[in-house]
Amino acid sequence: MENKLRELAKKLLTDGEVDVVVGYAKGYDETARRPAFITSPDEVDKLVFDEHCHNNLTGYLNKRYKLLKAEWKKPAVVVKGCDAKSAVGLIQESQFTMDDVVLIGVACDGVKLDGETPYKCEICDVKLPAHVHHVVGEAEKAEPRTAYEASEEAKAMAAKPREERFAFWKAEFEKCVRCYACRAVCPLCSCERCIADSNQPQWVDTSSHEIGNWSWNLVRAFHLVGRCIGCGECARACPADIPLDLINQHMRQVVSDSFDYVAGLDPEAKPPLITYKEDDAEEFIR
Amino acid sequence: MSDTEVKAKIEAATQPTETPADWQPRIVAFVCNWCTYLGADLAGTSRMEYQANVRIVKLPCTGRIDPLFVLKAFENGADTVLVSGCHPGDCHYNTGNFHARRRWTAYRELLDFTGFDMRRLHFSWVSAAEGLKWVDLINDVTNKARELGPFTEYHSLSR
Repeated sequence: MENKLRELAKKLLTDGEVDVVVGYAKGYDETARRPAFITSPDEVDKLVFDEHCHNNLTGYLNKRYKLLKAEWKKPAVVVKGCDAKSAVGLIQESQFTMDDVVLIGVACDGVKLDGETPYKCEICDVKLPAHVHHVVGEAEKAEPRTAYEASEEAKAMAAKPREERFAFWKAEFEKCVRCYACRAVCPLCSCERCIADSNQPQWVDTSSHEIGNWSWNLVRAFHLVGRCIGCGECARACPADIPLDLINQHMRQVVSDSFDYVAGLDPEAKPPLITYKEDDAEEFIR
Repeated sequence: MSDTEVKAKIEAATQPTETPADWQPRIVAFVCNWCTYLGADLAGTSRMEYQANVRIVKLPCTGRIDPLFVLKAFENGADTVLVSGCHPGDCHYNTGNFHARRRWTAYRELLDFTGFDMRRLHFSWVSAAEGLKWVDLINDVTNKARELGPFTEYHSLSR
């Protein structure tokens, strides 16, 4: 399948349809992979695809990277099924259209993080990516999900007594060093001036103490509600091993249960927090 | 003894161990200008008495409420937060409270998941005519806040 990918990349570059193919290349060791920016048809052999290609490369298409995008006429991006969902999210938010990019979907049977299969791969409904321009490789086509359920781990967390949950997250957020890797790696974290960087007024304390860390992590989770596609890159990228994906999974389930919506499935759909129903639930409101 | 150890000892020695007898709950209420604020005003002009622990932050509409405001109130020392606005269908700006309602649904779940004490966060619809409802609401919220005590769990997070 890698050969087919390389052939497609070569063709796109030679025909001049795109001037860069953003894909995966081998990294510093056997399992490391890094993003590659292939601008010449002679370099397509650098492109690889296997279960170690966990990065979500659609991040390079969002408006945070507008200076990078300014160097390209039209990029092609290699996307797994999950990555394509964040492209859908960016399209919903008018950051680009399907005509501005070429999305090369690659059939994926799941990635491995430190030898383990992440939750998103266990429940994957897009082994054959959807909403892409090309699909390379073969896989089972599945029915796209219409509802979302968080992992057993996230559900177990939600079921714990309140004090235990607070103690758990207190310990986790205390480790946060505010490196913002979670933000950098998330394709949907695309604000050119993040709320955490605002200083007039300063909403989020910038030092890596508990107060600011709670504020930062809660704000980021909230700003992703209805937008997060569950790629789990935030948790993978976190150098302090904070299980951010549990929070985002829980919120994905809340959105599915409360608003009957799963992000990343339909570029025409309106995200749940900019729409409403007159009979939305309100038992918690007196 | 390292500086870190000494600092930890000082913090333990200055940790409040019991609520002072004269402690009063600090309650911040984010209200909309058109319904709840006028409802509170009606309670005032009708000379209805109620507990005085609420500090009101008046906004044009509940749709203006960024969940971050709620968190900031807690960060800055609020023990309980109340959010109140026009009933659905009565929003002065037509749809602000519909959007707010969805945000609150999500935000509550987020705070709850991370272990926030949700007994400290209240939501209500209070119209401009509901002066009595406002009084009952504030009294109830304040009594509950008093029972819960200071929000030390959050206020003692390091800065």
